[in-house]
Amino acid sequence: MNNGALVRLIDVHKVYRTGEMEVPAVRGVSLEIKRGEFVALMGASGSGKSTLMNILGCLDRPTTGHYILDGADVSSLDRDRLADIRNGKIGFVFQNFNLLPRTSARENVELPLVYSSQRLTHSELRERANGVLASVGLAGREDHHPSQLSGGQQQRVAIARALINQPEVLLADEPTGNLDSRTSIEIMVIFQQLNERGITVIMVTHEPDIAAYAKRNVMMRDGAILDDHLVSQRSDAASQLQQQHASTL
Amino acid sequence: MRVAPTFNVALRALRRNKLRSVLTALGIIIGVGAVIAMVGIGNGAKAQVEAQIASLGQNVILIFSGSTTSSGIRTGWGGANWFTRIYGESADYFDIRQWPLADGAPFTSQDVRSANKVCVIGRTTATQIYGNENPIGQILRIKEVPFTVTGVLTPKGLSTQGVDQDDIVIMPYTSAMKRVIGGTNLRNINVQIADPQQLEAAQQQIVSLLRQRHNIRPGRDDDFTVRNQQEIAQAATATSRVMTLLLGAIAGVSLVVGGIGIMNIMLVSVTERTREIGVRMAVGAHGADILTQFLIEAVTLSSVGGLIGIVCGIGASKILSVYANWPTLISISSVAIAFLFSAAVGIFFGFYPARKAAALDPIEALRYE
Repeated sequence: MNNGALVRLIDVHKVYRTGEMEVPAVRGVSLEIKRGEFVALMGASGSGKSTLMNILGCLDRPTTGHYILDGADVSSLDRDRLADIRNGKIGFVFQNFNLLPRTSARENVELPLVYSSQRLTHSELRERANGVLASVGLAGREDHHPSQLSGGQQQRVAIARALINQPEVLLADEPTGNLDSRTSIEIMVIFQQLNERGITVIMVTHEPDIAAYAKRNVMMRDGAILDDHLVSQRSDAASQLQQQHASTL
Repeated sequence: MRVAPTFNVALRALRRNKLRSVLTALGIIIGVGAVIAMVGIGNGAKAQVEAQIASLGQNVILIFSGSTTSSGIRTGWGGANWFTRIYGESADYFDIRQWPLADGAPFTSQDVRSANKVCVIGRTTATQIYGNENPIGQILRIKEVPFTVTGVLTPKGLSTQGVDQDDIVIMPYTSAMKRVIGGTNLRNINVQIADPQQLEAAQQQIVSLLRQRHNIRPGRDDDFTVRNQQEIAQAATATSRVMTLLLGAIAGVSLVVGGIGIMNIMLVSVTERTREIGVRMAVGAHGADILTQFLIEAVTLSSVGGLIGIVCGIGASKILSVYANWPTLISISSVAIAFLFSAAVGIFFGFYPARKAAALDPIEALRYE
C-alpha cells in the first residue's frame, strides 16, 4: 500500500487566474502523510495552506502535479468522482462548523450517508448517527438544533458528521478558530483520541499552541513548504483539561 | 439515484418556509383556478350553443331566400295589443324543429292547404295577450284578421342572441301569404333528410332544383342560400371556441406569472442556502443531487398549487353557474391539461435556479456569507 503513505502530493502547483493576472497560490508542494499521522498545517494567511487544504480535501484540483490519495491518483477526476471521494474517504471539520441550520444534530450527522452509495434503512441511519454522536460526548442531544448548542457542541456535531462514513482522513480547517481556549482543548481531546484510534488527522491552524497537539507540524510560506518537523514536546489535551479542572476547584 | 432522501430534503425546506411556500403556490393556484374557471365558462357557452343548434332538428338542411325581410306584426284580442313576430310554416315544422306543444294541437296539413285562419302561439305571446286565460280556441286578431288559436308551444327561453324565442305566432304559411303578409315569397325552407348518408346529395339536388326553378343561368350566383345543420353548427361554435381560447389564454398568462413567481422564490432560496449547498457538496452531494432537490421543490410548489387551483377553479365555476346563472362545463381534459401544465411550469421555471445551485463551486459556496 505505497509504503504506508495515505496522502502523497507530488510537485503540486495551483494557479488562480483573475482576468489577465495569474496568481500562484501553491508552488511546487511535495508532501507525504502516512496513515495514523496527526499533522498540523501552519502558516500565515496567504501562505497557501487553505488552498492546499482544499486540494487535500478534493474540493479543488491542482493545476499541475499529482495528488495520490490511498493509492489512487485523484488529481484529474471530475466533479462527481471528487464528490464521491469526499463522501467516502474524507471527513471535513470547518472553522465555522457549517452545520445545516434548523436541522437536528442527528440529521446533520446523517447528511453524508444521504449522499453515500451505501443503502441504509432509516433505523440503521439513526443508530449510526446516535452512536457517533455519543462517541463525541453528545449523547442525549441528538434532537437539538445547532442554535440550541454551544460552539463547542456544534463543532462536536461537525466532527461526528465527519466521522459517520468512517473516513480515511479527517481534515480540519482552523477547527478551534471560533472557540474559546477551554473549548479548544476539549476539541483537541477528541482529535487526539481519534488519532489514537488510528484515524489520520490533518489540521490547518495558525496558532502554535494548537499545532502543539499534533504529532507533526508543516509550515508553509508563499505557497511552498518552509519547514516540516515532528513535534518534540507534544501537548496532551486530556491531561491539560484535568489540570484546568483541578485549578478551578 | 438518491431520490427518496432528496425528496424529503426538498419537502422539509418547503415546510420550513410555510408562508413563503403558500404565497408562491398561490400564484399557481390563481393561475390554474382561472384557467379551469374560464375554460369552464367558455365550454359551457359552447355547449349551450350546440344544444340550440341541435334543437333545429336532426339532419336538417336550411334554405334561405336571398332577400329577407322581417318586421314585427301587431296582434290583438279584446282590449289587449301585442307586437310580435309571425312565422308562416308548414305542418311538419313542429316535428322538424322538435318543438312540441304544451297545450292544444298544431295546425294540420289540411289547414295549410286551405289557408285556414288558425295559429299556434308561444308562451310569452300567450301571457301578454290572454293573461291567465286559456288561449286555446280564442280569437287572435292579426293585422285585423281574426285567427283561432289551436295550441301553445312549450317555452324555449332566450336564444344565444338574447331573443325571446317564446314571443312568436306560427300559422300555416299559406295563411300568412294570403291573409297577413301578402305575396308568395318564402323566406326559408327547412328540409329534414331521412337518411343522413344522403345529406350531401340532397343538398346538391336542392341547389340544382332551385336554380332550375328560379331560371338562374350557369355562372350566375344563387339567389338563395343552402346550409346544412353541420355548417351552421360550425359557424356558431367557432365563435364560442374563439371565446374559450381567449379566456383560457388570459388565464394562462396568470399561470405564467405564477411560474415566474416560483422562479423568483427559487432564486432567492438558492442564494439564501448557498452555504447549505456548499456543505452538501463538501460531504459528497453530486451536482445532480442538488439539481434534483431544487427541482423537486419547484415542482412540488407548482403541482400542489395546481391541485388546489383545480379545486378552486371548479368551485368558482360552480358559484358562477349558480349565482350568475352562467352555464359552465368542466371537462376532465381541461383539468388534466391544467394540472400537467402547472407541473410543467414548475419544471420550466424551477430548472434555471436549480441548475444555478448545482453549478455552484463548493469552495465558493462554503465561503459565502
